[in-house]
Amino acid sequence: MKPSVVAMTIIFGTILVGAVTGMYAGFRRQMNLEQWAVAGRGFGLILVWLLMAGEIYTTFAFLGASGWAYSRGGPTLYIIAYLSLAYVVSYFILPRIWEVGHRFALHTQSDFFRQRYGSTPLAALVAVVGVLFIIPYLQLQLTGLGIIVQVASFDAVSRSMAITIAFVIVAVFVLASGIRAVAWVSVLKDSLMLIAAFSIGIGVPYYYFGGIKPMFAALIQAKAAHLTMPGSTTTMGHAWYISTVLLTSMGFYMWPHAFGSAFSAKSGDTLRRNAVIMPLYGITLPLLFFAGFAAILVTPGLKNGDMALLSTVRSTFSPWFLGMVGGAGALTAMVPAAILILTAGTLFAKNFFRPLFAPAMSDDAVARLAKAMVVVITAVAMYFAIFSSSTLVGLLLFAYSGVTQFFPGVVLGLFWKRTTAPGVAAGIITGVGAGMALVFTKHDPYMGLNAGFIALCLNAAVTVIVSLATLAQPDGFAEQLEKAAGAEFVS
Amino acid sequence: MSRYRVLSLLLASVPFVAICFSVPLWDRVYPLVLGLPFNLAWLIVWIPLTTLCMAGVYRLQKRAENGRSSSPEKDASR
Repeated sequence: MKPSVVAMTIIFGTILVGAVTGMYAGFRRQMNLEQWAVAGRGFGLILVWLLMAGEIYTTFAFLGASGWAYSRGGPTLYIIAYLSLAYVVSYFILPRIWEVGHRFALHTQSDFFRQRYGSTPLAALVAVVGVLFIIPYLQLQLTGLGIIVQVASFDAVSRSMAITIAFVIVAVFVLASGIRAVAWVSVLKDSLMLIAAFSIGIGVPYYYFGGIKPMFAALIQAKAAHLTMPGSTTTMGHAWYISTVLLTSMGFYMWPHAFGSAFSAKSGDTLRRNAVIMPLYGITLPLLFFAGFAAILVTPGLKNGDMALLSTVRSTFSPWFLGMVGGAGALTAMVPAAILILTAGTLFAKNFFRPLFAPAMSDDAVARLAKAMVVVITAVAMYFAIFSSSTLVGLLLFAYSGVTQFFPGVVLGLFWKRTTAPGVAAGIITGVGAGMALVFTKHDPYMGLNAGFIALCLNAAVTVIVSLATLAQPDGFAEQLEKAAGAEFVS
Repeated sequence: MSRYRVLSLLLASVPFVAICFSVPLWDRVYPLVLGLPFNLAWLIVWIPLTTLCMAGVYRLQKRAENGRSSSPEKDASR
């Protein structure tokens, strides 16, 4: 049998098993991985750790991080840094967000803004900006899935064809099994990803160099400058690193789906204990850096760095292993894609369209609109995936420059009574506008700093100034919350 | 702000200083640590150290909460 046939068969087999597992699990009780991590109900500590460790291998980390380690080098280290620091930030804000959600029975991020600031237009703005920046994140998943199909077919399938296949897979997966399925499919994909990460991150350096130590020795001799910042770029130095780590660690929980997940936690204390433990699960992330670095010497000269990991697997291991890695990678793209699409569809229908244009719309009609939006949003992401040449990491950084603009409105709203709806709206518009202006005129990084971070600083300044110039919400949200949760505010 | 608040914020800022702001100090290849470039090794070491710092913050919080429930007059002066 041709190697491409073997690899593709195993990939589609894995996808099928994942989809069937998902649909079967849909009938059973819903599960939440983070809760297992804390309570360990019925699962051994090691199994829980393995599952959680597998969770960090997203498409972004698996193909994107190794791809940037290959093409950019040193600046990629920001990924290890922000995945720890995001939880430090979350320790201080998530329990408080949970408190608000619990007190007022909130479901979405946009609900939070409406409740805190008493403004439907602001809530609609938050919903539409959220949907807008979910699209590049979704584009990342489709691009990753496309890369898997392209490499596993031994380049017989073109990029645009591969992305179209990815679109079909994702849309069918979402419409057939939906979000209920996600936790069970995660068990399958996490185990496969962990096997893949160890085999590649340790196996490849041993196979070609006799170990990780000699691999780095060879790399230092060949191109030592690649390993520190700015690596193989000219603009991503230390100022870029600091501004990017700050932007992304503050933005990590500003994703509409991540923000919403805080509402479903058992208690504020659960969220605090999670924040303490979660950084530990990132400890196997460096394996992907090993893979990306090894690829520099094993498969040099790739035009698209995001293909580095899979190309190395293809030229090192047998086709069935490429198929397994590809299958695991495919599930890894599909599961978050499902969550993103469903979040975006709901936000659009429930928090943007209905309150602004059709207040009389029934819940059923909202659900139908949300479902229709699944196809529209995925198609838009597919369009961008086919016609953009951004790297996977570049796409996520672009998305962060958008979603992090919610941070001032959330944090000031939680800790500063004087924050007002016009202040937050002006801040978000300034931040998103400035960020996009810099990125689209190719000024990212600007003066050595991440453009999204500059936009965030402008946003915070505008939010504070406009808030001081306008009247705070009169119905005493802050007092209510103070009474309910004993939360302290700065006056 | 209470004393525990100040202490927790200080402790939580340690990982930020160590793995974000201080990057010019540790972003280099040498000395190698177990064969890894120094910057990569530094960040790996700070993964468990970050959890250690945050465990400290959590303990501070628990202590403050216990102190609060046992002596309500302290609560008012907080």
